[in-house]
Amino acid sequence: MAMTEQEILAGIGKIINEITGIPAAEVTPEKNFVDDLDIDSLSMVEIAVAAQDEFGVEIPDDQLKHLKTVKDVINFIQG
Amino acid sequence: MKVSQGAPGAKILAFGHYQPSKVVTNDDLSKTMETSDEWIRSRVGIQERRIAEAESEIDLAVQAGGKALAASGLPASDVDLVIVATCTMETQIPNAAGRVATRLGIDAPGALDVNTACSGFCYALAVANDAIRAGSATNVLVIGTERFSPWIDWTDRSTAVIFADGAGAAVVGPSDTPGIGPVVWGSAGDKADAIMVKDRHSFLQQEGQTVFRWATTALHPVARQACERAGVDPAELAAFVPHQANVRIIEAIARRIGADNAVVAKDIVLAGNTSAASIPMALSRMIERGEVPSGGLALLLGFGAGLTYAGQVVEIP
Repeated sequence: MAMTEQEILAGIGKIINEITGIPAAEVTPEKNFVDDLDIDSLSMVEIAVAAQDEFGVEIPDDQLKHLKTVKDVINFIQG
Repeated sequence: MKVSQGAPGAKILAFGHYQPSKVVTNDDLSKTMETSDEWIRSRVGIQERRIAEAESEIDLAVQAGGKALAASGLPASDVDLVIVATCTMETQIPNAAGRVATRLGIDAPGALDVNTACSGFCYALAVANDAIRAGSATNVLVIGTERFSPWIDWTDRSTAVIFADGAGAAVVGPSDTPGIGPVVWGSAGDKADAIMVKDRHSFLQQEGQTVFRWATTALHPVARQACERAGVDPAELAAFVPHQANVRIIEAIARRIGADNAVVAKDIVLAGNTSAASIPMALSRMIERGEVPSGGLALLLGFGAGLTYAGQVVEIP
């Protein structure tokens, strides 16, 4: 069964917390990674790699640069 | 046909290193490009780096090689093979090794350059180990030397804040017991474009995210395999000396190999990324500062352009 948006959001929140220390509760769909969460390009790679392990969806570097917000990542994972 | 008889093993007798004198700080760089001390420290972990002004990559190699030779106690005449790992030669002909040998008073040794970029020292050390064990050489001088500064676009913050100049060297000799473990080496030529100088008139360019992803996901298994092949539990390691590419890469690999008792080299903080020079320079300085025990085991792990990688366990001289 496909994961719900809430389940994916919780998973992303956990990953971001582990990599950057940002509280998972601050990771909400409308947040922009760079402007709102202050996450840099290398941390984004670490998040993409962790997301691949967690959700089984590969996020290549050429796609990663288009994923600006948490919602963008949720949509990408949902396909 | 006869075959040569080598030594039962080989070991590193001594290290040496050399940095040019000109220090370039992050604040210096922030005057000429859009960057800052905070940005550089958080992305790559470098505080300052050294740049050669008048000295060539050959000069740097001679300094480091001379120090390693002096520390080994061997006369230059005992060295019969010189291997120089470098990817920043100003011209490709002639090679570096022959000229470095002559400058050091080493008479007519085998002389070869190795270009596997940032993994160069580990490749060269493996060749030295094999040559001694096969009987092709008795004592080998292995040098990593790089002068990146002429290959850098000093307005490109994706490379200018990272790369630097320097040299590190090791003298390798025969041993009754193995002091250099089996090498694990390999390459990923499908990612050749990730770090490259396009043509002879271009500067170095790097796809940071691609390299970062590869380095943080593909290399910890190589490190573990190098330990396995040497029969060494990662918990036994006294030091982990990976190529000094980026503090975040160093920490990401270190977290995943179980080297819980090892001092992890972070020479990059004061040296920048000096490619083939970074591993011998880092370990040489750790020895000089008394941070690692003589006779302890160090895991070396080189990785970089090619993409190429190589790693092995060595006994610290």
